[in-house]
Amino acid sequence: MSDQQAVKVAPPPGKPDDWVPAGDLQEVVDPHWFFHEAPRETVFITGSEAAREAIRRANVDCAISYPITPQSETMQQCGYLYDEGYIKDYYRGEEEIGVMSAVGGASRAGVRSLTATSGPGLMRGMEAISSWPGARTPLVLLNMCRVINTPLAIQPDNIEISFLLNTGILHLHAEHQQDFYDYSLAAFLVSEEVDVTLPCVVSVDGFFVTHARGHVSMQDEKYKIPPRDGWRSAVPAMDNENPPARISRDAPIQKSNFISYHMHASWQQEVFAAVQRSAKYFKRYIGDQIEVVNPGAEEMIIASGSCVSQAREAVRQSEEAGREVGLVKIKTVRPFPTQQLIEAVKGAKRILIPEFNQAGWLHQNVCSALIGHTQAQIAPGPRVYGGMTMPTELVLDWLEEFRKPNPSFTF
Amino acid sequence: MSLANLTPSPGFEDWLPVEYKDLVNEGPYFREKKPKVSDMGKFKEILEEHPMCAGCAMTLFIRLTFIGLPNPEHSIIVGTAGCGRLAISQASIPFIYGNYGDTNAVASGLKHGLDIRFPNQPKDVLVMAGDGGLIDIGFQQLMHSWFRKEKFTTIMLDNEVYGNTGGQESGMTQHGKILKMAPRGKTGDKIDALGLAKVAGVDYIARIAPTNPSRVARTVRRAVLVAREIGSAYIQAYTSCNIEYAIPTPEVMQDAFDVEKERYGFEEIISDRAKEYLKEIEKKDKKK
Ligand SMILES: Cc1ncc(C[n+]2csc(CCOP(=O)(O)OP(=O)(O)O)c2C)c(N)n1
Ligand code: SF4
Repeated sequence: MSDQQAVKVAPPPGKPDDWVPAGDLQEVVDPHWFFHEAPRETVFITGSEAAREAIRRANVDCAISYPITPQSETMQQCGYLYDEGYIKDYYRGEEEIGVMSAVGGASRAGVRSLTATSGPGLMRGMEAISSWPGARTPLVLLNMCRVINTPLAIQPDNIEISFLLNTGILHLHAEHQQDFYDYSLAAFLVSEEVDVTLPCVVSVDGFFVTHARGHVSMQDEKYKIPPRDGWRSAVPAMDNENPPARISRDAPIQKSNFISYHMHASWQQEVFAAVQRSAKYFKRYIGDQIEVVNPGAEEMIIASGSCVSQAREAVRQSEEAGREVGLVKIKTVRPFPTQQLIEAVKGAKRILIPEFNQAGWLHQNVCSALIGHTQAQIAPGPRVYGGMTMPTELVLDWLEEFRKPNPSFTF
Repeated sequence: MSLANLTPSPGFEDWLPVEYKDLVNEGPYFREKKPKVSDMGKFKEILEEHPMCAGCAMTLFIRLTFIGLPNPEHSIIVGTAGCGRLAISQASIPFIYGNYGDTNAVASGLKHGLDIRFPNQPKDVLVMAGDGGLIDIGFQQLMHSWFRKEKFTTIMLDNEVYGNTGGQESGMTQHGKILKMAPRGKTGDKIDALGLAKVAGVDYIARIAPTNPSRVARTVRRAVLVAREIGSAYIQAYTSCNIEYAIPTPEVMQDAFDVEKERYGFEEIISDRAKEYLKEIEKKDKKK
C-alpha cells in the first residue's frame, strides 16, 4: 500500500482536463508473482529500451537526469515515461554532482528515486554517490559503462565499476538485455527492504548491450511493482514526521573524539552488514548470486557482464572440440558471492577471468575470495579495454596457453 | 509531524530529560499563535545549546531563524560543512548534513520528493549554509536551483570568510582583505550574490544583519511562505566571524550595526506575485 497522500491535482500543462497518468491505470501486483508467475512476452529490443520497459513497470516517483553517451537514450526515454505519467516527477539536473546529490535528496524524502549515468558522469558524481550508503538512501543508479577519460573515448569498458566496489553500494552486473530488464526491477525492491536500505547500481556494458538488440521477455505493461513505502526503512525519511534522528543531532558525533570514531566505525560496519543481508532478497528475484555452467570442470571461466556471453561461446566451442570448460557468471558484484564461488570452483585446476577493463577488478575480487580455498591457478585475463571487443578466439587462445606447463602470462 | 509523534508514551514521561518535556509542552510546535522574538525566555526554543564560539553572531542569527519558521513541525533544514551546522544540527528539527556544497541540489531532490509524498501538507525546506558553501563550492547548484525556480529557501550565513577551516578568503570576502589564502589581499570583489539572485528570478530576496531580532524572524517567515507557494527565496545574512576578523566578543553587535550602516543595510527585493501573496497573508495575520 502506498503511504503517499491521495490528492486530485490539476492536469499538467498541455494535457486535457480528464488526463489520467498512465501509471495510475497500471495494476500494482505482488513482486513474487510479477517476477516468477506473470505471463511474459518476448520482444527483440536494445538494452536501453529494456531499461525503459523496466522503469515503466517500476513505479518510480522521481527520476533526475543528465545526458551522457551511451546513457542518454534511457534517461530521455524516462522523460517520455514521465510525460505519459509512468513517473511522477522528472527533471534534468545541472550536472552529475548536482544530480547525484539531488537523487539522494529525493530518496531521503522517502520516494522511489532513479538516475542513470556512464563513466565520466559517474566519476564526476562520485563524492555524492559514495555518500549514499552512509546516508542510507535506497535508490537505483543505472550505469551504462564506458571508458573514463583520457584520452577521450566513448567506447565500452567497465573500469568505472572498480570505483564503486568499496562504497557500500549494492551492485549488479547485467550480462545482456534480459538481465538489464530484470535486475533493474529487482534493484528497486531489494534496495528498499528495511534491513537493507541501501542504494543499488545496475551496471551494463555500454553499446554492446545498451545499443544492441536482444530478446527480452517482459510482463505486460499493465502491471507495476508496489510503490516505495517511505515509512519502511532503516532510518527515518527526512520528512519531519519523526522526531529528529539522533545521527544528525548528537554533538559528540560531530567532534573528533572517541565517541565519533566509534559512531562512524559502527555505522560503516552496519552499512557493509546490510550489503550482505541483501543477498537473500536478490535470491528472491534473480535467483542465486552466481550461475554455474558445467560444475566440477577442471577449467573454469569466471566472468560478469557481457564477458559472460563471450565465455558461454568459448564453453560451447570447447565442448565441440571435446573439452569440458566450466563457467561461473557473477550476477551480484556486491554483495560478492564469496561462499558460492568457493563451492563452484572446488574441482577447478585452472581459472580464467576475462574482463572488459584494464585494472582487472574482477580478478582482484576473485583472488581475494579464493585465497586459501583453492589449489587452482588463476589467470589474470584476458582483458580488453578502450572499446575493444573480446573475441571468443581470445578466450580460447588463453585457455590453450594456460594448459602449457609454462604459460606466457604471469600470475 | 503530528504532536503525537513527539509526545512521550504515558509512563515514559517521568524518565525523559526536562528539556524534552519542555519541548513538547512549551515548544513552538503546533501553536495557533507562534511565539515571537519578544517571547524569548517564555517558551522552549528549538535551538538552545550549541558548541560555536562565544559571541558568534551566526549563532544568534540561527536561533532567530528558528523562531521565524512559520511551521517548525513541518520544516527540514539542509546544511553542509561550515560553522553553522554545529548549531543547526543540535536543533530539534530534521537536519540533513550532506557533502560540502551539495545543499541546493539535495534540497531540490528532497523538495520534489516531499511534494510527491505530501501533496496536502506543505513541507518547508530551508538551506542554511556558509558563504563559501554556497557561493564557491556550491555555486552551480545554488544558481541552478534558482534557475529551476525550486520552491525552497536558501539562507547564506555570510561571515565573509571560511570560518570552519580557519579563516581563508571566500567569494563573499571583500576586495583587498588579507586572509589565509589571500596573503596579498583578495584580488576579486565580494560576489554580488543578491544581484545574481535577481538575475535568476528569485521571488523573495533579502539582505539583513542580526541587529533587529524581530526583523530577522519576520524575514525568515516571509521567505519561507514565498518559497512554499511562489518560488525560490534567498536571505543573505551578515553573521560576522569574531574569531577570524578579530572582533572582541563584547563588540560583535556593534560591528553588526556598523557594517549594516555602512554596506549591509536591510533590503528586500520581492517579485510582484510574491508581494501580492505576502500582502494577502499578512492581512489575514493582522485580523487574527
Ligand atoms: C569537498 C570538501 N571540500 C572542502 C571541505 C573543507 N571545508 C569544511 S568547512 C569549510 C569552510 C566553510 O566555510 P563557509 O562555507 O564559508 O562556512 P563558515 O564555516 O564560514 O560558516 C571547508 C572548506 C570539505 N568538507 N569538503
Ligand atoms: S569560527 Fe567564526 S563563524 Fe565559526 S563559530 Fe567561531 S566566530 Fe562563529
